[in-house]
Amino acid sequence: MFDNLSLYVSTVSQGLLLTVEATIGGIVIATVLSFVFGLAMLARSRTVRVIARIYVEIWRGTSEVVQLLWIYFVLPVLVGYKIVPLVAGIVVLGLNFGAYGAEIVRGAVRSVPRAQYEGAIALSLTPGHRMRRVILPQALVEMVPPFNNLFIQLLKGSALLTIIFVHEMTYQAREGLVQTHIDQAWLIWTIVLLFYLVLAVLITIVMRTVERRAARMVGRRPKPVGNVLRTLARSKHVPSTPGVE
Amino acid sequence: MQSSIWNWGYFWDVFPTVVGDGLLITLQATVYGSVIAYVLGLVLALLRRSPIAVVRVVVWAIIEFIRSTPLLVQIFFLFFVFPDFGIKFDALTTGVIALGLHYATYAAEVYRAGIEAVPPGQWEAATALSLPRSRTWIAVILPQAIPRVLPALGNYTISMLKETPLLLTIGVVDIAGAAFQAGSAAFRYVEPITIAGILFLVLSYSASLLVRWLERRVGTVH
Repeated sequence: MFDNLSLYVSTVSQGLLLTVEATIGGIVIATVLSFVFGLAMLARSRTVRVIARIYVEIWRGTSEVVQLLWIYFVLPVLVGYKIVPLVAGIVVLGLNFGAYGAEIVRGAVRSVPRAQYEGAIALSLTPGHRMRRVILPQALVEMVPPFNNLFIQLLKGSALLTIIFVHEMTYQAREGLVQTHIDQAWLIWTIVLLFYLVLAVLITIVMRTVERRAARMVGRRPKPVGNVLRTLARSKHVPSTPGVE
Repeated sequence: MQSSIWNWGYFWDVFPTVVGDGLLITLQATVYGSVIAYVLGLVLALLRRSPIAVVRVVVWAIIEFIRSTPLLVQIFFLFFVFPDFGIKFDALTTGVIALGLHYATYAAEVYRAGIEAVPPGQWEAATALSLPRSRTWIAVILPQAIPRVLPALGNYTISMLKETPLLLTIGVVDIAGAAFQAGSAAFRYVEPITIAGILFLVLSYSASLLVRWLERRVGTVH
């Protein structure tokens, strides 16, 4: 029954690198966009706020599959050249989850107590200084747990790149294994699921470290390391939906 | 004409196809998936409070496993594994079960939060009145917990709506599937896929207004 186990594991792990690349690429873009548009939604200028809001609503309001199809099949027609599947996938993951992340950043910045703003103004810090040295470091601590959820969600979303022929883990299993070993499909898919589970746990471990460091930086006592599984248990993994705050 | 970037004639040609073929399937998958998720989620939430420790741990592990792994892979799992057990569902049914199962684990967390938000005095009063455990749940706790979790459940239904296109990978023709098929037939993807995007935007945005209204009516636990 488990004769082909090593074949299955090795074939799936051939897609591991692409899954990791897509996830990390997506995380980098999503994080940058989260901060850019999250802060833009708090901007003084109405135009900036409206533009940021439009980005967030469009990318949260449409389906990730549709976005993938659009970037991969439609955009090349509009701009005139073909996009590498992996790049298209990373861009969609980044844009999609960046929209959810922008809401996280906005919420965290707004949750910093009003007195912190007033204190910074009283010390006559410039607006840039106020944000960088006072508000953001405190908001950062609040952001880490929801970003942990978001990144796990993004990891799960990377499986969708199968649709645009990125040879990541799900694609490897489906095209490389299930066709020829249909009778052992349950085993193959279980292996794939376990790979994703391990990656999700890894993300949680990294984010716990980030959370402790962020808490130390603002002089708060970091929470004890504790049980990673318990952190997983606390997380919700589904970002909020459009228009609902 | 064919070479231009945007063709309104073609747009109106494929619009009825995409809406007609896809919309009903998308809505069906979302509604049936939600029903499974809401019911199963409540069962899971209650099992997580079971007096038997083994049940609690096993249910917790199942929830974490399903929640931390991709829905797409779970869809494939059911699609390829059901036949091995002699279960012959059509693709839509398989997809709905996968959606329902996946979102049941989210719903379980929502119910849990709702149940925990019921003041302890309610439990104590039920004990003081020596109500049986089942009646405490049915007549006291759940009627207070469930209305307040409805907005959160509604949000998950909107998430589910946006994940129904995953079912196109097992051959279910929802909005995105219909758009893709129309595009493949004519070798023009711009208009149909844009239509699909607009439809999802309209559906999820109007659903989110509904959830917001619900939130105002019943309050929320979060």
